[in-house]
Amino acid sequence: MNELMDYIQKYLSSDQTPGGAGNIFWATVYILLVFGGLSVAVIAMNWLERKILAHMQVRLGPMRVGPHGLLQPIADAIKLLLKEDIIPAEADKVIFWIAPFIVVLAAFTVFVVVPFGPTHAITDMNIGILFMLGVSSLSVLGIVTAGWASNSHYPLIGALRSSAQMVSYEVAMGLAVVSAIMMTSLETGTGTLSMIGIVRAQEAQGIWFVFKFFPLGLIAFGMFAIAMVAETNRAPFDLPEAESELTAGFHTEYSGFRWSLFFLAEYSAMIAVSSIAVTLWLGGWLRPFPSVHGPSIAIPHIWPPADPSAPTGALDFVFALCPGISFLLLGAMCFYNVQRMPKHPLFRVQTMGLAGFGAVLALIGLIMFVPAVRDRVEDIFWFSAKVAGFMYLYIWYRGTFPRYRFDQLMKVGWKVLLPTGLALLICTAVWAMHVEVWYAVVVPLWQWLVSLL
Amino acid sequence: MNPPVATPFFFYFLAATMIIGGILVITRKNAIHSAMALITALLAQAALYLMLYAPFVAGVQIILYAGGIMVLFLFVIMLINLERNMKERQFNKQWLVGGAAALALGGLFVSVYVKTTGGKELFPEGHVTYGEGQNTQQIASLLFDRSAGQYMFAFEIASLLLLVAIIGAVVMAKKRI
Repeated sequence: MNELMDYIQKYLSSDQTPGGAGNIFWATVYILLVFGGLSVAVIAMNWLERKILAHMQVRLGPMRVGPHGLLQPIADAIKLLLKEDIIPAEADKVIFWIAPFIVVLAAFTVFVVVPFGPTHAITDMNIGILFMLGVSSLSVLGIVTAGWASNSHYPLIGALRSSAQMVSYEVAMGLAVVSAIMMTSLETGTGTLSMIGIVRAQEAQGIWFVFKFFPLGLIAFGMFAIAMVAETNRAPFDLPEAESELTAGFHTEYSGFRWSLFFLAEYSAMIAVSSIAVTLWLGGWLRPFPSVHGPSIAIPHIWPPADPSAPTGALDFVFALCPGISFLLLGAMCFYNVQRMPKHPLFRVQTMGLAGFGAVLALIGLIMFVPAVRDRVEDIFWFSAKVAGFMYLYIWYRGTFPRYRFDQLMKVGWKVLLPTGLALLICTAVWAMHVEVWYAVVVPLWQWLVSLL
Repeated sequence: MNPPVATPFFFYFLAATMIIGGILVITRKNAIHSAMALITALLAQAALYLMLYAPFVAGVQIILYAGGIMVLFLFVIMLINLERNMKERQFNKQWLVGGAAALALGGLFVSVYVKTTGGKELFPEGHVTYGEGQNTQQIASLLFDRSAGQYMFAFEIASLLLLVAIIGAVVMAKKRI
């Protein structure tokens, strides 16, 4: 028993990712954890999207299945699994069958390199970001083949439309990414493509890359933020699945389980591209203001940080409490709604369920205050919180922006984002290599251009 | 120390995938099936690059070939009429010439292999193990380093050639620009 504890202890205090340590067992554990976490995130996203959209449109959203519709995603999943699975008679059966799996595989494989923390990644690759872009570009193949294999006109046209969109926006995305990668080479001399290395570079330079080279980093981030919405086929660029105007696009002929695979892939792809954005520009697992520690304070003895060498600034302490506090707040929200539930006896089970859910959330919050846990989950918490911010943005876009027309979409991709990206790349290189050239040439040029207007 | 990735099992697995994929490319009647088989072969090739400690080349292989060029292939195949292709005869009668050429190439491979390794070991040990972590940086310094870089001119000229080809394609395809 002691040996087992020692063994687990050794890996909990390891300073390597399981892939880096070459431990297949722990890598498997991490893969299962990431897969489970993703599935929970997709379920949560499904519920949150409907709820938030509903509240934006002054509706209630799902309210029937479970308290405040909390069990709605599960009901939907069961419905999708039980639905009749139709394959069109003239369809190419093998490819029709394979296509959703290609999309799902591409969407899930990228999480191998996503750094939830300095040691909390399945593995760290020398080509991390390249791997993510490459594997996620494979999902286009799944979409194209899905449209073709259906052997029907709407899916075929839809597939051509969505693959044209994804291929176009991949270019803009790549250019934005390259400008961020250039920034990693400052101060250390050699840049890196490794996802963990990129966050480490931001840590070493003491700045998130959004704020680096002031307008440049922000522009690159903005470009990526636009391109990633188009890349994941979400509103306002959701032409591939504009069911109200253009039929449903490439998955028109899909139903039941296979359709739910596309759904799953779409949401996990959204999380994947958001994690790229978080890693490259928003400091990955770093908490806000990572280099500011605040005045040194004596943390009460009952609550020492697990790592004695950790900085003991007031800000460090406050930020370390954030994960626990946010879960406690979620729990408190549940209890507030428990008290607001209808008092009719028919609602008793739902009320108890909601109270139980709140209790679980509060318990998780309390566990996160334990120093040993706190120090190890803080990085995961900040990473997930930033990704969650992006998820909210996706829903917000969907609730507010009207859909683009296809020619407008192509115009934005090729005539706005691509030239901006190229200019951005040159500007970043000039600023990084020769700051004096930047101030001597580019700034006056810009001022002259502005004065012309 | 990490267990080595380049084990015979992985090599045989990937090589078999590539060969089966390659055979399927030429034997399938349906062009889309051929393209899918080609993608499988290209992905296996990317994995082989990984085994050779060249992760950057592997990543570029996935992005360019599997993700980029093959999508364009599929695009084009979808737009042509496959019905006619299905009815046509797939192979012509030059199997004698083809077989001879394949035998000659295979013989060349075998002779090179026997000459370099002495025909003793399939996986010669004791070779240099490259730092996997440095592959990208090494390629960059080979291309762009002021002192060690020797391929920059060739690299830039190649990109210029591609640009000319793109412009040429646009000029030829568009009637009015």
